[in-house]
Amino acid sequence: MSKHWEIIISGSGGQGVITAGIILAAAALKDGKNVIQTQSYGPEARGGASRCEVLISEENLAYPKVQQCNMLVALTQEALNKYSSLIAPGGMLITDKSIDTSALSNDIIVLKAPVYSTVANIGNLMVANILVLGVLNSVIDAVTGDSLAAAVSSRVPPSTIELNMKALTEGNRVGKELKREVEIA
Amino acid sequence: MAKQLVQGNEACVEAAIAAGVSFFAGYPITPSTEIAEKMAEKLPAKGKVFIQMEDEIASMAAIIGASLTGAKSMTATSGPGFSLMQENIGYAAMTEVPVVVVNVQRGGPSTGTPTLPSQGDMMQARWGTHGDHPVIALAPSSVQETYDLTFEAFNLSEKYMVPVVLLMDEIVGHMREGIELYKPEKIIDRRKPVQSPEEYLPYQTDDSLIPALAPFGQGYRYHVTGLIHDETGFPSNSPKVIEGLVERINKKIDKHADEIITYNSFDVDDADVVLLAYGSPVRSARQVQQAARQEGLKVGLVQMITVWPFPHKVLSQLYRQTEATFIVPELSLGQLADELSKSVPREKILRVNRNDGSLITPAQLDAVVREAVR
Amino acid sequence: MNYKNYLRWNKLPHIWCPGCGHGIVLGAFLRAVAQRELNKDDVAVVSGIGCSSRAAGYVDFNTLHTAHGRAIPFATGIKLSRPDMKVIVLTGDGDATAIGGNHFIHAARRNLDLTVIVFNNNIYGMTSGQFSPMTPHINFATTAPHGNFDYPFDLVELAKGAGATYVARGAAAYPRQLEKAIGQGLDHEGFSVIEAMSQCPTYYGRKNKMGTAEQMLKWQKENATVSSNPGEKIPLGVFVQVERPEYTKLTGQFIDSVSGGK
Repeated sequence: MSKHWEIIISGSGGQGVITAGIILAAAALKDGKNVIQTQSYGPEARGGASRCEVLISEENLAYPKVQQCNMLVALTQEALNKYSSLIAPGGMLITDKSIDTSALSNDIIVLKAPVYSTVANIGNLMVANILVLGVLNSVIDAVTGDSLAAAVSSRVPPSTIELNMKALTEGNRVGKELKREVEIA
Repeated sequence: MAKQLVQGNEACVEAAIAAGVSFFAGYPITPSTEIAEKMAEKLPAKGKVFIQMEDEIASMAAIIGASLTGAKSMTATSGPGFSLMQENIGYAAMTEVPVVVVNVQRGGPSTGTPTLPSQGDMMQARWGTHGDHPVIALAPSSVQETYDLTFEAFNLSEKYMVPVVLLMDEIVGHMREGIELYKPEKIIDRRKPVQSPEEYLPYQTDDSLIPALAPFGQGYRYHVTGLIHDETGFPSNSPKVIEGLVERINKKIDKHADEIITYNSFDVDDADVVLLAYGSPVRSARQVQQAARQEGLKVGLVQMITVWPFPHKVLSQLYRQTEATFIVPELSLGQLADELSKSVPREKILRVNRNDGSLITPAQLDAVVREAVR
Repeated sequence: MNYKNYLRWNKLPHIWCPGCGHGIVLGAFLRAVAQRELNKDDVAVVSGIGCSSRAAGYVDFNTLHTAHGRAIPFATGIKLSRPDMKVIVLTGDGDATAIGGNHFIHAARRNLDLTVIVFNNNIYGMTSGQFSPMTPHINFATTAPHGNFDYPFDLVELAKGAGATYVARGAAAYPRQLEKAIGQGLDHEGFSVIEAMSQCPTYYGRKNKMGTAEQMLKWQKENATVSSNPGEKIPLGVFVQVERPEYTKLTGQFIDSVSGGK
């Protein structure tokens, strides 16, 4: 797997995509990687497309923004429509099963995960961000599982740790299945 | 020391606390708000003061009042608030009261683009308030530098008795990087008067041209005014006093410019092309410069840490030595390039400007560099 | 202690015109200070811009002559940093209620322990007679040559509404009452406002055909009253004196509780 990740996590304002990016960055730092997290958002605290960028590399990082996105996570159709053009050829997309990806070009690896149906089973839609982090990391192994779990538990509200850890575990499971499917294909 | 993932604005707060800030007054404004929020959370727990004022004019006034009692004081804002602070930045420059003013730049003019980066306040940081006045401005390009330069801002303001502007931008303020939250080695506190209260003249200076202002409430009763004043601190209309004061407060910085000015230079000695940048464009410039060198292209980079006083001496020497073409990437229509043209001929300066709320990308800059070295 | 001990004699004579009421107000202030034997080193006097704000230069304390309208926020910084100091603001009607109006109401709202003496001469004197927010309706000024169409603030009502915990009005024509009103304000813990009616024979008086300084003082005597039944006259006295936790006490207690008294 590539040692230089340029990741965009996107969704709707309020879904916690920025939190997810911060957690991923914290885990990467703990693993001794070079890391930069940035974000961009409009005036909306809720709704509207929101995006968080995380660069993870063994090399020193100078430019702080994504140049060649090799991983886009899109939690909503709006976010996918807005950001899919940023994916570099050969890059990957992780999104929910319900989202229409037919407009994407063939040189993008599309991974559709049951994000919302799984969080519905867990019983809380608010943890979609953490679940998808689990999916993402199981697919690309950007950070160690231990660091990711530690970062989740230290950066979510204490009363929600159990719930979020469950989402992470479920996400890891979903991610591993996806990866197997891709490898078989 | 283990690195921690810290946001630029948070790094500013952590460094200010480590530098001994004991008074923060501010008014919330994007993209600097996290600084006020963290100060509100952290200062009271250290026995220090946080106050949210009614506006930025009042914030600036309050930190000057607090600093006059000896407290290390700061405020943080962005463009529209920085405009409102100009009145009392001038007051601090005139009365020689040390304060730190953080400006996390966003796009202007007016309300502009609150959540997007810009470098449109460079000239305002220098000339925003009326009259010939001194100022120091520092610009970090990373979270670690934000931490380092926040200390430096306090140290310089206390040493030279001058307002210091930390000129951040939205990218640097909001991004997170792994940094070391070390304890500062050198903390400078303002000089104390050596005379007794009876002999004390607040604005009498030695060769350093820097006054030693006694904290209010410690037995040195004196007068502070924004009017032209003599050594006693009281107003005067004497042409000699007017000329003397305005010259001294400016010379106080000019005289020490070599000590104040810091910059990083990379591979400039043999350069055909020199990139000149400060703040977040340094990040693109460094990537492009390193890549160019790897290809054998003679490209160097000067990263300005001190924006004001401007490093004219350094840059004109560099130009005379190399006769290089200077490429100036900046998030404005050319404030940095225009200033540079006082020490490097205009025809040797290539401007790379961007004011659409995005950073200058390495690809955009690389194209200009390649054109220039051809 | 004699009030004369609190003057910087080497900074006199002052810049005020013959007949100006500001000297009477300053005298009342210093007599109130002298009665309380305030320690000069423990007092900060902060002023803005205007005739009255020049008073800061004449008094022997830690003195700060700031920018137009900004005396109160500068004073706020001093008081919060040194809650043990007595911080007094000397300001004028234009300084406090026009350009400084926002700062005035917010300091009142916080109940910060500042004593604010507003020298009210109903005009901008230093810049030669433009109308202020306290120039009466249809009075004349250089910027109101046809009469002032603005309605003025009643400073007492403004301070009350904003939450000041001590509000009084005195007049140069009643110097003893003024001295008492200022004194009680100095004693009060919280945001204290004393409006001091003062005469400006040079500009306000001349523009409005009020006559000499003596005639203007007579006008004050006849049109303002210390009576509790003022009728149509301008009431003088103490209008608000209430106890409410003071700002630096509140923040001090909070700081102690979160920092463990460090």
